[in-house]
Amino acid sequence: MDLKWNEFIITGDPLILGAQISILLGSIAAVAALTYFKKWTWLWKEWLTSVDHKKLGIMYILSALLMLFRGGVDGLMMRTQLATPNMEFLDPQHYNEVFSTHGVIMIIFMAMPFLIGLINYIVPLQIGARDVAFPFLNNLSFWTFFVGMALFNISFIIGGSPDAGWTGYTPLATNDFSPGPGQNYYLLGIQIAGIGTLMTGINFFVTILKMRTKGMTLMKMSMFTWTTLITMLIIIFAFPVLTVALAMQTFDRLFGSVLFTLHGDGNPMLWVNLFWVWGHPEVYIVILPAFGIFSEIISTFARKQLFAYKAMVVSIVTISVLSFLVWVHHFFTMGNSAEANSFFSITTMAISIPTGVKIFNWLFTMYRGRITFTTPMLWSLAFIPNFVIGGVTGVMLAMAAADYQYHNTYFLVSHFHYVLISGTVFACFAGLIYWYPKMFGHKMNEKIGKWVFWIFIIGFNVCFFPQYFLGLDGMPRRISTYLPEDGWTGLNFISTVGAFLMGLAFIIFVYNIYYSWRYAPREKTGDAWGLGRNLEWATSSSIPPHYNFAVLPEVTGLDPYWDMKEKGLDQQKNVDYKPIHMPSNSAVPAIMSVLMGFAGFGLVFHWYWMGIVGAIGIFITMIVRSFDYNDGYYISVEEIKETEAKANK
Amino acid sequence: MAHDHNVNPNAPLEYQSEVGRLNITGFWTFLGAEIALFSTLFASYFALQSRVGDGPTSTEMFEAGLVMIMTMLLLTSSFTCGIAIHEMRANNVKGVIIWMIITLILGAGFIGYELYEFVHYVHEGVTLSTSAHWSIFFILLGTHGLHVSIGIGWIILLLIQLARRGLTPKTASKVFISSLYWHFLDVVWIFIFTCVYLMGMVS
Repeated sequence: MDLKWNEFIITGDPLILGAQISILLGSIAAVAALTYFKKWTWLWKEWLTSVDHKKLGIMYILSALLMLFRGGVDGLMMRTQLATPNMEFLDPQHYNEVFSTHGVIMIIFMAMPFLIGLINYIVPLQIGARDVAFPFLNNLSFWTFFVGMALFNISFIIGGSPDAGWTGYTPLATNDFSPGPGQNYYLLGIQIAGIGTLMTGINFFVTILKMRTKGMTLMKMSMFTWTTLITMLIIIFAFPVLTVALAMQTFDRLFGSVLFTLHGDGNPMLWVNLFWVWGHPEVYIVILPAFGIFSEIISTFARKQLFAYKAMVVSIVTISVLSFLVWVHHFFTMGNSAEANSFFSITTMAISIPTGVKIFNWLFTMYRGRITFTTPMLWSLAFIPNFVIGGVTGVMLAMAAADYQYHNTYFLVSHFHYVLISGTVFACFAGLIYWYPKMFGHKMNEKIGKWVFWIFIIGFNVCFFPQYFLGLDGMPRRISTYLPEDGWTGLNFISTVGAFLMGLAFIIFVYNIYYSWRYAPREKTGDAWGLGRNLEWATSSSIPPHYNFAVLPEVTGLDPYWDMKEKGLDQQKNVDYKPIHMPSNSAVPAIMSVLMGFAGFGLVFHWYWMGIVGAIGIFITMIVRSFDYNDGYYISVEEIKETEAKANK
Repeated sequence: MAHDHNVNPNAPLEYQSEVGRLNITGFWTFLGAEIALFSTLFASYFALQSRVGDGPTSTEMFEAGLVMIMTMLLLTSSFTCGIAIHEMRANNVKGVIIWMIITLILGAGFIGYELYEFVHYVHEGVTLSTSAHWSIFFILLGTHGLHVSIGIGWIILLLIQLARRGLTPKTASKVFISSLYWHFLDVVWIFIFTCVYLMGMVS
């Protein structure tokens, strides 16, 4: 690809110039701070090469918060452009790039890593394990995600962003209509991150199946662990489809194959099908763990066991099966037969049944409970009505005939924001605040947290509720501007105001992290809320020691920690410790992933030598790993005694 | 890995350590993902099979003899791989190494013929860009061939480790896992042989 330097680095747009300067200054500041405080070794040894599931969880969540900011800024830019008719804030090309990156970032680099971060931290604790089945792989998963994310994100300053939508539909995304590196960034960035997600899927699937503590049968697992198990199963069967689809489009764009092109007898609709065969299960990958988080929080703060545990499990499994049978509802209007549309219409509506069961289970869990209105509980309570609005409009969209009216309008945009924000994003906030004391040893300030909650909830509804009506009024999605005569001005302006309220709430949320770090009282016990029900609260100190449990807990029923508290048992005290075996840290995943990024970056610009050099490097790191017979190390009894004695003093 | 090294001396060597058992379960799970991956490729192949554009059809290009040789090579290699695992159960390192080397030679022969086939097609003017049919043909077969090649490289690394360390629970589980992988590729080839070659030659 022949590019001039001024085309290589994006110039001439004040917004992007501002981003470039702030990224540069931010990087310099980070490097300077690390050097000044002599923290490089600490960063490398304690974090970047760590195979500790807790540290990896925190790194996932930090990256996801960063991406929430980036994706949020994209969203605010779009809302600014649409605030009034004929706005000249973003030109149409820039607008296309912004909505494409907004979608990819929010789904793949924000929602999934946020949930995987929470899963990483909490699930091994909840099953009473000391780590995951494959700790090395866990670190590699994080790094491939991080490098994929970085590769995707540099697109807007180097070479130009993808602009074919987050779905990358062909033929628009083929070389004929999207020349330049943008779409290559999309293909390679997501590909690299997707490898990591697949490895996470295998890792946690095996971890939950094989590493549960004594007495914890499948039907005694916490609901969050159950949703994680099923989510991982969906990942294992859905992500390879994305891998293949991305590889096929990459071949079309880089190596001249004609799979999805208009020439050579290609079939662009095949991409659309493959994308959604992955894409719809993906929706459940980001919503099922959210359901798990709400189940935990609602049962904790209602002080009751989860209502109809078995029905919950059955509905999760049903949802996971149905999630693979509905993908065509994303393109009812693309000329399928009436039979096909009817089939997918019915399967789509069928999903609302197990989902409805879950909604009622949450309501009945709270029925006659003594509810404490903490911030995580508020988020969970707000989830129920908002998610129902999103769900009911989803059933409206599921009717194939009616969908001809809603398709590609703001009605759809509003629908998926209602389910994804009130489902996934609320769960991310709720879960982070709920488990914050477990991660950092102090709670987030409740008063500020409630401000964040109310501003966000109001902003969210003000932003997206009007969009249903804009959609019914015929406003199509993905348009960069509209005319005063269209009559969409008022609702659009209201929507923009709501979007900025959500932005404000996010800023206060980040401030709360700082404020709580400075001023919040430090937790004294492992059970920060005093109401914990599952094993993550059974650790001897507020932040679990490196090995999680000095003695692996034994479980006899559901809500094991609640049970222990009622019986006055503390399994961690007054026992004979034995040496604990732990895995060693490794630098291989970081190096391997950076090489993947190197190769990916080269391929984006058709610099094949970089791809080859990167691939050779990746193979070398694999060989190094294959010959590595490091068996980990043992933590001595003295060290365990010392750590346990220091806990919570 | 962060668990006790509870060793079960009655199980086959590869299942004796906790790490070995976890790795084997993990690899079976990975093969589940591989099934999804190849299923997607097969589905795409069927969707694009009739889209030959201006290019030739499969019937005009395929040669039964070549494909039969390739099939026999790969099927036999699966058999010899099975014998290698049998030798492993009998705790005979030398037997494992010899039968694995035979497996690799057969695998390399398969790859050689596949490369010959691809080069031959390119000389005949059939390439990745000829039509959607040939694009997906090369991608499906190339993905399988790449898997076999990676398998050859991987097993060579394992043989070096076997020669150095002998049969331990750790090396045994590695060799066992590589054999699962090898058999899996054989199964995929049976589908390619049936769905791509046989069906392509009769239609």
